Amino acid sequence: MRITQGTFSYLPDFTDEEISLQVAYALDHGWPCSVEFTDDPHPRNSYWEMWGLPMFDLKDPAGVLLEINECRRAYPDHYVRLTAYDASYGRQTTALSFIVQRPGNEKGFRLDREETSDRRVRYRMHPYALDRPEGERYAT
Amino acid sequence: MRPPQTALPQTATSQTGSPAGGPPPEVAGEPPLPASARIDLDSERKASQADEVLDALDRDLVGLTPVKTRIREVAALLLIDRVRARFGIATARPNLHMCFTGSPGTGKTTVAVRLAELLHRLGYVRKGHLVSVTRDDLVGQYVGHTAPKTKEVLKRAMGGVLFIDEAYYLYRAENERDYGQEAIEILLQVMENQRDDLVVVLAGYQDRMDSFFTSNPGMSSRIAHHIDFPDYTGPELGSIGRLMLAREGYELAPETEQVFADYLDRRREQPRFANARSVRNALERARLRHADRLLAHGGEVGRDELVLLRPEDFLSSRVFIDT
Ligand SMILES: Nc1ncnc2c1ncn2[C@@H]1O[C@H](COP(=O)(O)OP(=O)(O)OP(=O)(O)O)[C@@H](O)[C@H]1O
Ligand SMILES: [Mg+2]
Repeated sequence: MRITQGTFSYLPDFTDEEISLQVAYALDHGWPCSVEFTDDPHPRNSYWEMWGLPMFDLKDPAGVLLEINECRRAYPDHYVRLTAYDASYGRQTTALSFIVQRPGNEKGFRLDREETSDRRVRYRMHPYALDRPEGERYAT
Repeated sequence: MRPPQTALPQTATSQTGSPAGGPPPEVAGEPPLPASARIDLDSERKASQADEVLDALDRDLVGLTPVKTRIREVAALLLIDRVRARFGIATARPNLHMCFTGSPGTGKTTVAVRLAELLHRLGYVRKGHLVSVTRDDLVGQYVGHTAPKTKEVLKRAMGGVLFIDEAYYLYRAENERDYGQEAIEILLQVMENQRDDLVVVLAGYQDRMDSFFTSNPGMSSRIAHHIDFPDYTGPELGSIGRLMLAREGYELAPETEQVFADYLDRRREQPRFANARSVRNALERARLRHADRLLAHGGEVGRDELVLLRPEDFLSSRVFIDT
């Protein structure tokens, strides 16, 4: 099941050229970019691992693409995303964030039903990937 | 300055299609012109706006003929390549990594800044900024520190020109485990594989640069243009001085001309002479003496007094007193 998180999640995956255009857009607005990765696809997992530090003072997307590619090479079976942060006063938040790599075989989620007191039922979402230990979740 | 805070970017193509202020990017995707087409080189040349940079180079920098000639040649090559591309003639991207050698103050840094601007106008680099670094910016202090440091600099320079001043300090022959070697290896790799993304200019003194290249043949072979900046002649130094004065609203009184020429001749014989930079420093000191002289004299002044440098402003220099 293809997960949809972040900006553009409803579009087909971007080519490197399209990624570069987005990065150029972010840099033109003065938003430093950073690269993050994870193999836990749960939508509430907001703490992805950082691939190096955020990249400040870049003028051109080539440097960002270089790090994206290095991260892809090191973690070929992980999700990788690009994040652009707007540090301007009053906003100070992620301005743009989208997935630039996903595992070949996205395993999807199941819904667990749990009975609690007073016949109440709670639901929870469980990614199948989490049944395996970290680092082996998407290995083929 | 800031964009509206509510709007998230929708699609990038509409926003980044024409970078503000930059030249139009190369016309990719257009069908090649038929073999019978004719292209007007003059209007191509005009559209590139390269001449403005070249003319400014001619105007603002005295002498340096071999340097200016080479830069013009590079500009011509890039322009012709662009026209060839319109006919669909495939050309490999020329290698423009360069090495500038010359004594201190011969204008290497100044030319590098202009070069970045020129390459941008001709569409060779995407942004046209200059990132100027020395050994300290590239080489780390401990194991594992160098690679990220060098890579960060490289990433910042992408889209523009990376200027490495006194590049030979990267290589320390006496210490084979020096971290400089690691920085050199990363540089070599990027110079080879990412030629589309940045131009590297090494600068330094001729003799040390030569021995640097001898110990790093890989570096030497990746550099296509070795440009030597000759020392300035006496008259050239004089013109440089007058140019600098004119820019700052000073003039030499007629009787000062000869004194200034003598000053330069003497200064040139002294140790630590740094060509145009020494001229600049000499003028800075003359300005101090000029201001001091005016105040010591007191009374009324007119425009002439404020603008004219007189012989005594130079004659009290150490250069004259020592002999
Ligand atoms: N041909 C010239 N005409 C006018 N001004 C010049 C010329 N060459 C150099 N200058 C001026 O001299 C000063 C020193 O030049 P620059 O810093 O480019 O020298 P450099 O070769 O990089 O020196 P270093 O090797 O010490 O770094 C600058 O202020 C520059 O504007
Ligand atoms: Mg310099």
